[in-house]
Amino acid sequence: MAARPRSELNPATTAPDVAPDLTAADLAVVTARGITRAFGDTTVLDGVDLRIRRGEVVALLGASGSGKSTLLRVLAGLDSGADGEVRTSGRTAVVFQEHRLLPWKRVADNIALGLRGPDLARRTSAALAGVGLADRGRAWPAELSGGQAQRVALARALVREPDILLLDEPFAALDALNRLRMQALFFRLRGEHDFAALLVTHDVNEALLLADRLLVLEDGRIAEDTPVPLPHPRTQDDPGFGALRRHLLTRLRVPLVPDRS
Amino acid sequence: MTATPVRAPRTGRERTRPQQRSRPARATRWRRIITPLLVVVLWEGASRAGILPPDKLSAPSDVLAAGWRLAADGTLWHNLLDSLVRAVIGLAIGGGLGLALGSVAGLLRLGDDLVDPPVQMARMLPHLGLVPLLLIWVGIGEPLKISLVALGAFFPVYLNTYGGIRGIDERLVEAARTCGLSAAARLRHVVLPGALPSLFLGLRLAFGAGWLSLVVGEQVNADSGLGFMMMEAREFAQTDVVVLGLLIYALLGLLSDLALRTAEGRALAWRRGLEAS
Ligand SMILES: Nc1ncnc2c1ncn2[C@@H]1O[C@H](COP(=O)(O)OP(=O)(O)OP(=O)(O)O)[C@@H](O)[C@H]1O
Ligand SMILES: [Mg+2]
Repeated sequence: MAARPRSELNPATTAPDVAPDLTAADLAVVTARGITRAFGDTTVLDGVDLRIRRGEVVALLGASGSGKSTLLRVLAGLDSGADGEVRTSGRTAVVFQEHRLLPWKRVADNIALGLRGPDLARRTSAALAGVGLADRGRAWPAELSGGQAQRVALARALVREPDILLLDEPFAALDALNRLRMQALFFRLRGEHDFAALLVTHDVNEALLLADRLLVLEDGRIAEDTPVPLPHPRTQDDPGFGALRRHLLTRLRVPLVPDRS
Repeated sequence: MTATPVRAPRTGRERTRPQQRSRPARATRWRRIITPLLVVVLWEGASRAGILPPDKLSAPSDVLAAGWRLAADGTLWHNLLDSLVRAVIGLAIGGGLGLALGSVAGLLRLGDDLVDPPVQMARMLPHLGLVPLLLIWVGIGEPLKISLVALGAFFPVYLNTYGGIRGIDERLVEAARTCGLSAAARLRHVVLPGALPSLFLGLRLAFGAGWLSLVVGEQVNADSGLGFMMMEAREFAQTDVVVLGLLIYALLGLLSDLALRTAEGRALAWRRGLEAS
């Protein structure tokens, strides 16, 4: 779909994929190679390679300012200043940290934005019901709470039946309880719709609860690519959860116990 | 509201609070017309007592009588009609140009570079100061009045169109893009409604400036219109007709503002929710 020809591919990293791994390549919904992005003199992304398979939930972690949002915007096709190759197959939808609903459209019209088709009303109300807001279709976005607005944003993305859902810290602005609810909702919707997702998050627990694979962005590259082999549904006291969490926090250079400095 | 110090709860006071807040809206509204009424009564009294000579300022009752007389013989209506036609044509030209150029400057970078600097410079000129120049250019006929109204209306519409488009949250445009909206659809669903509050503000300012320009234009030189009616009355020291003209100008301004506010309230219903929260 949004394939941009790339002149200087790095043959060392791409060559092994090509012949023996054709099936995996077919299954990829997003393939990114050699993504670079600089703002002025600072290079934020320095050759990011990334692949997300059909139906896979991938969490993207990294320090603040490491370029997670920048990468997500490149993958969403919102950044024309980046170099590299992005190939997505199928539909893409995005959920941002802020809900970004149009204040002058009612909730249902926000969800239906840009959609066409005969059964639009039915699809819209089904998407609203899916996020537990069946009765709020006529409301204005300003009349919703933060958590409700974010659920509408999720519905607006899912009504497009995306093959890949890009989420940039979608639950970060919510309070702790709402965030837990949203994570549960995300897990349920993921089971119903079977989309692949790239979930940018600061929350290591969230990443471990939801993701099949964890990526850590560091120095402009994917510095770590770890599968999460825990069975679903997960809880924080599953065996193995703590060990992965400690590993990840160390990787992100977060002290494991609060220090007094 | 005014800052209330946090104290131990005093039930009596708490109970009166909400009432106090809602009262000005209803029960005490009549208080607001006391002073205007008083002014009119004093004015009338001063005229009757001979303190205000009629060749300086007519009594309110004489103004009403003059209104009745001019309405009956048709003078008022044909002057009013001429003024309204000038206002509508001038507003349409000035407002239309302001909308078009403001959109070009707000939407296109090239338009911004080419259109905005000269407009920003021209806006520093007091447009009513252009009367001598306009007299030379277009003479004293209809084009003078229409140009003045158009000039008065152009700048507020241009500035608020430009500002409204520029002020749109880029993140909303981006979200609309991820929803698959084409550039034209983004214009219709994001840019236009986003700029609408600002557009309405520009329109209201344009109406005000348009009326003002019309008053000036019609008093410079005209053979019809409200301003002409007032200047002609001045020659015969008919202060009742002069005051009548002023009242009608005020009434027209009030009515146009009211109409615009009503339209605004309809079009911007979504903002009510915003204000409440
Ligand atoms: N439009 C821009 N212009 C200039 N610099 C930018 C721009 N967008 C991002 N940057 C810079 O790129 C770097 C990465 O930003 P980005 O928003 O991708 O970080 P992030 O990993 O998402 O951080 P956070 O976790 O805090 O959201 C930052 O140093 C930021 O200052
Ligand atoms: Mg970010």
